[in-house]
Amino acid sequence: MIECKNISKIYQSGNIETHALKNASFKIADGEFVAIMGPSGSGKSTLMHILGCLDTPTSGQYFLDQKDISKLSDEELADIRRGKIGFVFQSFNLLPRATVLRNTTLPLVYAGISRERREELARKALQGAAFPEKFWNHRSNQLSGGMMQRVAIARALVNNPTLILADEPTGNLDTKTGEVVLETFQRLHKEQARTIILITHEPYVAGHAERVIHIKDGEIISDEKNNQQVIIKNNATS
Amino acid sequence: MQLVDILHETKTALSANKARSGLTILGIVIGIGSVIAMVSIGQGASGQIQSSIEGLGSNLLTVMPGFLQPGRGIVSSGRGSAQTLANEDIEVLQQIAGVAYISPEFQRRFQIVASGNNTNSTVIGVNPDYAQVRNVSPAAGGSFITEAQVRSLGRVAVLGPTVAQDLFGEGNNPVGKTIRINRANFKVIGVLQSKGSAGFFNPDDTVFVPLTTMQKILAGADFLSMIAISVQDKNLMPQVQEEALLALAQKHRVDPQSPDFSIVSQADILGALTQVTDTFTIFLAAVAGISLVVGGIGIMNMMLTAVTERTREIGLRKAIGAKKRDISLQFLMEAVVLTSIGGAMGIILGWAIAFAVSKIAGIATAVSLNSVFLAFGVSATIGIVFGYYPARRAASLNPIEALRYE
Repeated sequence: MIECKNISKIYQSGNIETHALKNASFKIADGEFVAIMGPSGSGKSTLMHILGCLDTPTSGQYFLDQKDISKLSDEELADIRRGKIGFVFQSFNLLPRATVLRNTTLPLVYAGISRERREELARKALQGAAFPEKFWNHRSNQLSGGMMQRVAIARALVNNPTLILADEPTGNLDTKTGEVVLETFQRLHKEQARTIILITHEPYVAGHAERVIHIKDGEIISDEKNNQQVIIKNNATS
Repeated sequence: MQLVDILHETKTALSANKARSGLTILGIVIGIGSVIAMVSIGQGASGQIQSSIEGLGSNLLTVMPGFLQPGRGIVSSGRGSAQTLANEDIEVLQQIAGVAYISPEFQRRFQIVASGNNTNSTVIGVNPDYAQVRNVSPAAGGSFITEAQVRSLGRVAVLGPTVAQDLFGEGNNPVGKTIRINRANFKVIGVLQSKGSAGFFNPDDTVFVPLTTMQKILAGADFLSMIAISVQDKNLMPQVQEEALLALAQKHRVDPQSPDFSIVSQADILGALTQVTDTFTIFLAAVAGISLVVGGIGIMNMMLTAVTERTREIGLRKAIGAKKRDISLQFLMEAVVLTSIGGAMGIILGWAIAFAVSKIAGIATAVSLNSVFLAFGVSATIGIVFGYYPARRAASLNPIEALRYE
């Protein structure tokens, strides 16, 4: 459960104030699949950073699971990220020399979970992301882009987060592998009732979500149910 | 984050760039290795000096004529010129509890002639106790000065091995032959075993005659050039030294604060010499220490490069929940592991250098366990000190900016 109340973010450099976000308010219920869409410079990255607990708003309140986290310190935010957020980045951000399994378990390492339990959770997450088992011990820099993004999705799933935040997850992929990734999100949403927030500038990608929030110049200009949701048939998997 | 996980990350990070890690380690290896080698040379030298001083005789007090100013060192310009020690002083000293042997000595340089060969050497008039006090013994086939020879003004001489060789040539046994000291004939009754030089005195290049013969026939004077006192136990040394000072001062009717003689213990001589070797060791260690600091800067340089290179990785780690402490520990551990590996290899290298130096150059070296522990401690400390700044820099990166870093 996510609730934003009048969130504003002002960046100050010298005497120039940049209003990246202006009074954004919305709620996202558990199990929703929402796309946040807007052109570059619209403030969607700023919103993602706040939703992902990487940054705090200048004013306003942000509740994640009924907990106000808009005034927490850096170290407290790290705790929240570790327990409640899973990130999927445009450029994957895997550790290149580590194996697929090691990459997947990385968030659990910081959570202080035992090795056996980590392996078990990583297997479940990799299966959830439909990552083929024969590559589990490959190094991540030996994989294709689509495969890498699925490792990243598994890594985002592994700590069983409240929220998966995907920042342009198809940005570095061709259309076909991009669809595989989007299909994975749709399936996770449907089968595991995951809350997923997709941040993108492409209307086509946003079209895969159930609900689309448009943002422009730091303001939410529309927030509506997506009536023409693109449903990908379950054929592109692996 | 558990220690095994930190070590796992460290291993991955360091093996990712083996050449760079290797060169960085090399800097520490050279630093630690040279510290160990240099300190071992210094300690070896001081050990050698110590053993040769102790070789002069154990638990020794030396009474010398003339007053040595404290702090003016052990080399006295007035030694031998003052004539304040007399034969009667021996009896006074013998009353002191804890004295084992007393060896009065009278020494002077004379021209010595035998079978056409000539040498100028130190001749010492001694009593039989000299052998015990000074730790000398005659080689097989000979004997030392006896009590009877002292009493009867015997014209006998015991040669140091160097003198024996100079006069009679190598391989010839001088025992039974006759030498001329200052135009008086002496019969050789023994040759000493070689002891080697010790400081300013070389017992090998010396001729020994009975003390009475020396005083009455050769020198024509009855004072002494020194009295050596051997003390029964090392712990009794200060006490005996104090009592000897008071007894002799009373006998000479002088103020104990400024007596006309001085008593030097072996500890004093050793102290003066170890001061020299300690300075020498510290100097060597300081020179080697500079290379250790340079090695540490190498570590810091590498870690700073690593932090820059892995900015995105740090951003990711922070995004998925790593705390500042986790990140800084990871980088600190890398630095400490680098220096520890370098330290361990440096100890081996230093040991090898010390061994090679003693084999090839013939300089005594001693690698003490202390210096090994110290070197290892120092290298780990260098890891922490030079790794701290890069680690802190990594930990304080902003995750958003770090993730954007190209």
